[in-house]
Amino acid sequence: MRDSRTRSKSRWAALPLLVFVVIVFGVPMLVLLGGTFTKEGTLSTANITESLQGAYLTALIGSVKISALVAVLGGVLGTFLAQAVVTSRFRALREAVLTASGVLANFGGVPLAFAWIATLGNSGVVTTTLGLGDHGWSLYNFWGLTLVYLYFSIPLMVLTVVPALDGLRPQWREAAQNNGASTWQFWRYVGVPVLTPALLGGVVLLFGGAFSAYATAQAMVGSTVPLVTLKIADALTGNVLIGHENVALALSLDMILVAGLVMAVYLPLQRRSARWLR
Amino acid sequence: MASLTPQVTTQVTPGTVPGAARSGRPRQRSATAARPRVWRGVVLALAAVYFLVPLIASFVFTVKVPDQGFSLDAYGQIFSAEGFGGSLLLSLGLGVATIVLVLLLTLPAAVAVRLGAPGLRPVLEVICTLPLVVPPITFVAGISTVLRWGPDYLASTPFYQTIIAVQNPDFPVVLVLAYVVLALPFAYRSLDAGLGAIDVRTLSEAARNLGASWPHVLLRVIIPNMRSAMAGASFLTLALVLGEFTIARLLSFQTFPNWIYRISGSQAQVSVAVSVFSLLITWLLLLALSTAGARQRSGS
Repeated sequence: MRDSRTRSKSRWAALPLLVFVVIVFGVPMLVLLGGTFTKEGTLSTANITESLQGAYLTALIGSVKISALVAVLGGVLGTFLAQAVVTSRFRALREAVLTASGVLANFGGVPLAFAWIATLGNSGVVTTTLGLGDHGWSLYNFWGLTLVYLYFSIPLMVLTVVPALDGLRPQWREAAQNNGASTWQFWRYVGVPVLTPALLGGVVLLFGGAFSAYATAQAMVGSTVPLVTLKIADALTGNVLIGHENVALALSLDMILVAGLVMAVYLPLQRRSARWLR
Repeated sequence: MASLTPQVTTQVTPGTVPGAARSGRPRQRSATAARPRVWRGVVLALAAVYFLVPLIASFVFTVKVPDQGFSLDAYGQIFSAEGFGGSLLLSLGLGVATIVLVLLLTLPAAVAVRLGAPGLRPVLEVICTLPLVVPPITFVAGISTVLRWGPDYLASTPFYQTIIAVQNPDFPVVLVLAYVVLALPFAYRSLDAGLGAIDVRTLSEAARNLGASWPHVLLRVIIPNMRSAMAGASFLTLALVLGEFTIARLLSFQTFPNWIYRISGSQAQVSVAVSVFSLLITWLLLLALSTAGARQRSGS
């Protein structure tokens, strides 16, 4: 009796949070859906069609391309760095790298763009010192943006895979060695299969981070690199034809669908890796 | 155990006597650990260059003045630059309001999930993954449409006044609401981990048996045990609010990151100086967070 009363009461404690999310998150999402599928007051798919054509499509593909590249490069480089740290005998090095990763993974947005502009921009310190400008160097393109995105993606990957690498038990390696396995065989048949969910999960997180990044791109390249986030911002702030505001909503829906698909890969993987790495 | 973990290869480096290498384990390890140590060194060195050069170069950029050499003027100019105080205060105010609201909403929910309603856990997990699926720019696209449509459809209802009020440029409540949504996953995970570290059920049942009311249990029993988790949630939320650019810019509110962006056109050096400065602040916040966490672990 008493227990059931406590139960129903504790449900009420979560109610404010649920109501808040439904209103503050749900209403804008409903309006987003509604706006996407209406044009001049009538139901239509014209906005979606327009968002998948011409410059908008180029921007969407550009975003997917840079995010995929950052995710794969960041995933590989981050894993190597994490392995170097995990196998190191110096406890202080490990602590320092993990703390720095925690900070740098959060170092995004406008300050990140300015730090790189001061380093490798047209009048950046490294650019002028090494005379890179004469060799046609420019930070303000696809590859420059990739270089900058990796600056917060690699630390994020390190943070994601270090627990997984720690979870590789020394006993497994010893068992493999006792059975005559070579280093290659250990990684091929034990290490990589156990790590795969964690690695893929990390790569998906990096993809999401690069895909939704707006501030860095806006402060660094303006609109010289076609990215879907920049297109949405332009459309919202009225830098396009009047009457095309709803295309921004359609583009947003495209983005949510892409991010949702990628996340759909991530969630089951996370559950699988959690089972092994306890 | 640790002695067996380095990568062991069958290769014997030149210079060691093969017989000696085979006879003793320690000897073999020192001979074969050389290769991993080399690649580890290379990886760490490359990482150090990649991650340290931009930080050093940014600092050099801010202190190097043509014809003068070294000068810390750019850092002095931060504080006198127009709009600095106002935008920083606005961001800090938004941060405090967001922290209060996110804790008020999340703490009761997290306690409820632990104590009486485990069925709610999947719901909260879904809520916490939503911001990952919905990028901030799409969220703000929805919000700005609501704000734009509001006046058209609600002009004759009391909601109209509400929509106007939440957009007050002196203190845009709409930003607090949006930031709470963005901060929910971090806050909930942090609080849930904190609740997992203490025995909430025993504590609350003991308090209830002694006649404490539920608000009393929450305020006097659970919250004092959750200080470090709550501090963690607050620090993460504050770092998020102080760095958030997308939503503030697209809704045209002059928060701190938006101010940095605005002055970059006219005062490049100052904007880089502020960037270095804001990285230092984030660093300090997170350092405080990790030491608080360490103290909690050693205390319990």
